[in-house]
Amino acid sequence: MARVTLNKKTKLVLSFLGIALILLGSYLADEMIPASSNMRMFVTVLEKGAIYALVAVSMNLLNGFTGLFSLGQAGFMLIGAYTYAIFTIPAAKHADVYMYFDGGAIQWSIEEALSGSLGIVGHYLGMLIPIIGAGLLVALIAYLIGIPVLRLKSDYLAIATLGFAEILKAFFQWNTLGPITNGSNVLRKYATYDNSIFVVLIALISIAFIMLLINSTYGRAFKAIRDDEIAAEAMGVNLFKHKELAFVISSFFAGVGGALLAMFQGTIAATPFTTTMTYEILLIVVIGGIGSVTGSIIGAFLFTACSEWWLRGLDAGTWLGITSEWFRPGFRKVVFAVIIMLIVLFAAQGIMGTKEFSWEGLLSWFKNLPANLKAAPAKNKAKAQAKKEAKARDKAAKAQAKEDKANSAAKAASGEKLFEPLPVYDHVVVFKEGK
Amino acid sequence: MSLISSWLPYILAGIAIGGQYALIAIGYTMVYGILRLINFAHGDVFMWSGLIMVYLITVMPLWLSIICVIIFAIVLGTTIEKVAYRPLRTAPRMSIMISAIGVSYLLQNVALYITGGLTKTYPSISWLQKTVDIGPATTKMVTLITPILTIVLVVGLVMLINHTKIGMAMRAVSRDFETSSLMGIDINRVITVTFVIGCGLAAIGSVLFFSNYTGINPMSGAMPGLKAFVAAVFGGIGSVPGAVVGAFIIGICENIIKGAGWTTFSDAFTFVLLIVILMVKPTGLFGEKNIDKV
Repeated sequence: MARVTLNKKTKLVLSFLGIALILLGSYLADEMIPASSNMRMFVTVLEKGAIYALVAVSMNLLNGFTGLFSLGQAGFMLIGAYTYAIFTIPAAKHADVYMYFDGGAIQWSIEEALSGSLGIVGHYLGMLIPIIGAGLLVALIAYLIGIPVLRLKSDYLAIATLGFAEILKAFFQWNTLGPITNGSNVLRKYATYDNSIFVVLIALISIAFIMLLINSTYGRAFKAIRDDEIAAEAMGVNLFKHKELAFVISSFFAGVGGALLAMFQGTIAATPFTTTMTYEILLIVVIGGIGSVTGSIIGAFLFTACSEWWLRGLDAGTWLGITSEWFRPGFRKVVFAVIIMLIVLFAAQGIMGTKEFSWEGLLSWFKNLPANLKAAPAKNKAKAQAKKEAKARDKAAKAQAKEDKANSAAKAASGEKLFEPLPVYDHVVVFKEGK
Repeated sequence: MSLISSWLPYILAGIAIGGQYALIAIGYTMVYGILRLINFAHGDVFMWSGLIMVYLITVMPLWLSIICVIIFAIVLGTTIEKVAYRPLRTAPRMSIMISAIGVSYLLQNVALYITGGLTKTYPSISWLQKTVDIGPATTKMVTLITPILTIVLVVGLVMLINHTKIGMAMRAVSRDFETSSLMGIDINRVITVTFVIGCGLAAIGSVLFFSNYTGINPMSGAMPGLKAFVAAVFGGIGSVPGAVVGAFIIGICENIIKGAGWTTFSDAFTFVLLIVILMVKPTGLFGEKNIDKV
């Protein structure tokens, strides 16, 4: 196997080029593809995929890198989405949105105030500040929740975080808070982005931050906690401090993801942020590989592409030219769930396992591709041969076992002893010390 | 007196709901006791038994369809165990929990597909819907039947666990998985029996639970399932009487909160209770202390 090695500078340049290409691509895609085109789905997948990628990576930070099985993601996204929406509804539209609560309690919008005084810069700043604010609020709430919850062990932690997510959901639907949260009615008409590059850029920066964190000393401490809590503690890792740190940072980005989701959807209500949503994000992490950031990103895009675009036909009646009466609404999700179960049962490591994307790995793969392709038939043949042999061996062993059993049964029936009993000693020899 | 008569209906409803939660909670607590796994799919088995009842009642008499529902739940539960949990027995705990979540997701989506996302009308069982008077309150027969049936079933189950050979095997496996397999206990059989009991009781619970409501949809198993799990944790996971006591407490508290006009928070209360109990006494009311060995 020939490995490609690149120096640091080349890798950096390649990474910057890659990121620039992605950003340019997403900008152009949103600009160029007309709203009527079928390919418009590409933009939807790009935006939603970026949001889910961010949320999945933030969940992976907890589940895959720190070993904390937390199921509170949907609850944190909910707070993020609401915080963003509440502070960016233009003042003039309050009466309309909060029509059941006399126009609501808050009569201003951060975005409006800033774009009024700073123009276009203020417009973007006015969206960025509520997004970061949403993240910070979620981080604060996560900090408070973490104090009691993070002392719990694996499955209790899962249930407690799930419980907190449910409590948060109930809280946001509480009628008494209606003037702020609009009770159980939807929030809408808040400021949103004009081009998908906004979402992709924020998701990219956030994911880059998480990656830097994972590769720092903190990240190593997280992994130590994941691998063995007690050993990590013995080595001087402050368990609670590091768990709390991972939890708060993960929640911050879940909050940012929630705010972006609010922007993507255009309306927001508490009801869709169910445990099913958390499950979906968890399954994305599993598809990509628990403990791989790249895997989570790939998983998120695959998941959104399949559910929004590629498998749409399974719900509509015709898919890949096949028409079947089985293809009615809901079938797509069944197929999806089956695929996920197959991955969980037969490919538990997911797409990437714990590996990460690297330029060297990618280039080596391409360089070795011709050789591998050439070697593939022989390799497959050897594999098949080995499988055949193993099967034959298995069969022989089974037959042998059957024969042995029959033999011993026959022997037992004829009164023959199956084994010689050990001799019974009537005395014990004691070895004396010395000469 | 007026205080009692105004609260009695809520307390009665709470006892009924508590009994239904108890029947689900037993499945959680027994499976957790033996496999150390939160069977996230249990709530969906419960929902599926309700859904199957809707379809069966159209083709067969009530008594037969109740029996068929119980059999269906048992088959579904043991199949899930065989297909989704058994291959992962030696895998890390997180993978088997993810598998349980995956099964739950699958069951919900299949139900969504079959029902088309619509709420199905649960058949009304006239015998359970009869009204009876208890003191100053008027209530339905199901309210009266549920706690009695629950207690009878639980006493039977406790007897089974304490006085039969398979019960002894269960206790042994829940104490120490590996050692009991070394002692010649057929672990797979014990686990299957656990799932049979848990799912059977959940099916009975579903008949009682859904006959109180008119509709059933693919998500209606999720909340009762989570609450039953909280009840199991509250009572001390692994302990059957604990789960029952926990379920009754949760059912009653929930209905009192509803009666006080805080319906929005009746679900949230369960989780507040969970977090409080995990903080104060993580082993629950009747649980045993578990010490981690290095």
